[in-house]
Amino acid sequence: MQNAILSAFLGGIACSTIGVFVVLLHMPFIGVCMAHAAFAGALLGLLLNFDPLIGAFVLSLVSAAIIGPLADRGELNPETSVGVIFSLMLGLAFLFMGLMSTTKSGALELLWGSILTNTRSDIVLLGIVAAVVVILVLIFYKEIQATLFNRNIALSVGIPSTLILYGILFMTGATITASLRSIGGLLIFSLILNPAAAAYQLTYSMKRMFLLSAAFGVISGWIGLLFSYIFNIPSGATIVVTSSIIFGLAALFSPKKRVKSWQAPPITEAKNG
Amino acid sequence: MEHTVVDIQNAVVSYREDIALRGVSLKVTDGEFVGIIGPNGAGKTTILTTVNGMGKLLSGRVCVLDHYLKPGNGHYLRRKVGYVAQIQNIEPRMPITVREVVMIGRYGILGLLKRPGKNDWKIVDEVLELVGMAHLVDRPIGHLSGGEQQRVAIARCLAQEPQIFLLDEPTASLDWKAQSDVLQLVKLIHNSRHLTTLFVTHDLGALPLACSRVVLMKDGLIWAHGSPDEMLTDDNLSKIYDIPIHEVKRRREEAAKV
Repeated sequence: MQNAILSAFLGGIACSTIGVFVVLLHMPFIGVCMAHAAFAGALLGLLLNFDPLIGAFVLSLVSAAIIGPLADRGELNPETSVGVIFSLMLGLAFLFMGLMSTTKSGALELLWGSILTNTRSDIVLLGIVAAVVVILVLIFYKEIQATLFNRNIALSVGIPSTLILYGILFMTGATITASLRSIGGLLIFSLILNPAAAAYQLTYSMKRMFLLSAAFGVISGWIGLLFSYIFNIPSGATIVVTSSIIFGLAALFSPKKRVKSWQAPPITEAKNG
Repeated sequence: MEHTVVDIQNAVVSYREDIALRGVSLKVTDGEFVGIIGPNGAGKTTILTTVNGMGKLLSGRVCVLDHYLKPGNGHYLRRKVGYVAQIQNIEPRMPITVREVVMIGRYGILGLLKRPGKNDWKIVDEVLELVGMAHLVDRPIGHLSGGEQQRVAIARCLAQEPQIFLLDEPTASLDWKAQSDVLQLVKLIHNSRHLTTLFVTHDLGALPLACSRVVLMKDGLIWAHGSPDEMLTDDNLSKIYDIPIHEVKRRREEAAKV
């Protein structure tokens, strides 16, 4: 249980930080894409007898390295590029499964994940990735902020925004792979998207969006675990439902939807910046 | 002494799979205000992206601020060149305020690993005051009107403290009032800061009166250049826009009435 609480904390922070990138860059399906790349990599590891985790890292980082340049060269919407890579990774996963004669349980475990049976090494890995993501965001905050706002404007003031974008995609790949065994491919999608989408409803400050998103991610994990413990139901499901409820509440009470009254000072929310 | 800040020699530049500039030479001296006019697709925007190192130079030489451009060495140069593009589509909910957007202008010159300090915020507030946006500093950028967004874009460039100021159709899709406000602002900035300015437009009405020289472009080539009075004749305009001379006369008369 202690391990689960720690995993939810670290995974919540890492995934929901990545979520801010994903929401502001409009590429929600990068989560599924990376999860399947990691899955295909793990299968390759099982097939060729090396550590599935290394295979998972290699293929998801390769995908991250391809998605950006593919979108730029073809002048594609990044989400289209994500779709192309996603289908390729799904195809590779099926191919590796077809070639395998032995059991596939090791790889399937990676895709579904189980937060309650985490080992120390899973948590150490998650901790390292979460720390790296948070530190990189702190160090390159202004470049990341400018790139998320508008890539061309960032480029025109002399920021290497293409490099920053590819770096963001790389962090996304690493985070998803590291969280996969603890959190699982399906759960990860909701932990990336829901907290960040909820934070997006509530603030006009990117700093606050990062902080709120991380807070929502961790709270979703912890409340989900609590309900799972009390009612003895699967933790993955309770975490997904909790994060969705948080998003629902944020959307419902979003100050961004309220019409200013003529007496009120102009948009008090914006003073947070 | 007059100093050449932009020296383009016989540049051939591609834009996607097309050749947008087919051997263009242009010299701009310090403090000049050059208006670049021509129909859509003449290569006007590409000339600007060549100056700030974002264009793909296939042959020829480009020297900007004593810096020869090669593929991939533009980042350093871009810190000294301000670029205002046409109105961008900004999401209304984008979590960033007007003040923060203007600060982005300083990010390049600050460089990696450095955070904006007091002095940077002071410069940002000064330029916001100059462009008349001081009352909207804490607004989310996506909530501003088109004209206001263009003034913020101009403020962002000034925050950069650039040595060259590039404007790419800054008044396109703005209403009359917003157009003339932006043009006044550009003129004011050029007059007060003597900033070398290149102003691109396809719309004669949007050409600021402050131009010291006009460049006419057509089909990826410089068709002619000279003083505004010499260049902006009915005959020249009829030729570069491919419309009959009486039509040019009629349109200019109508524009003059407004």
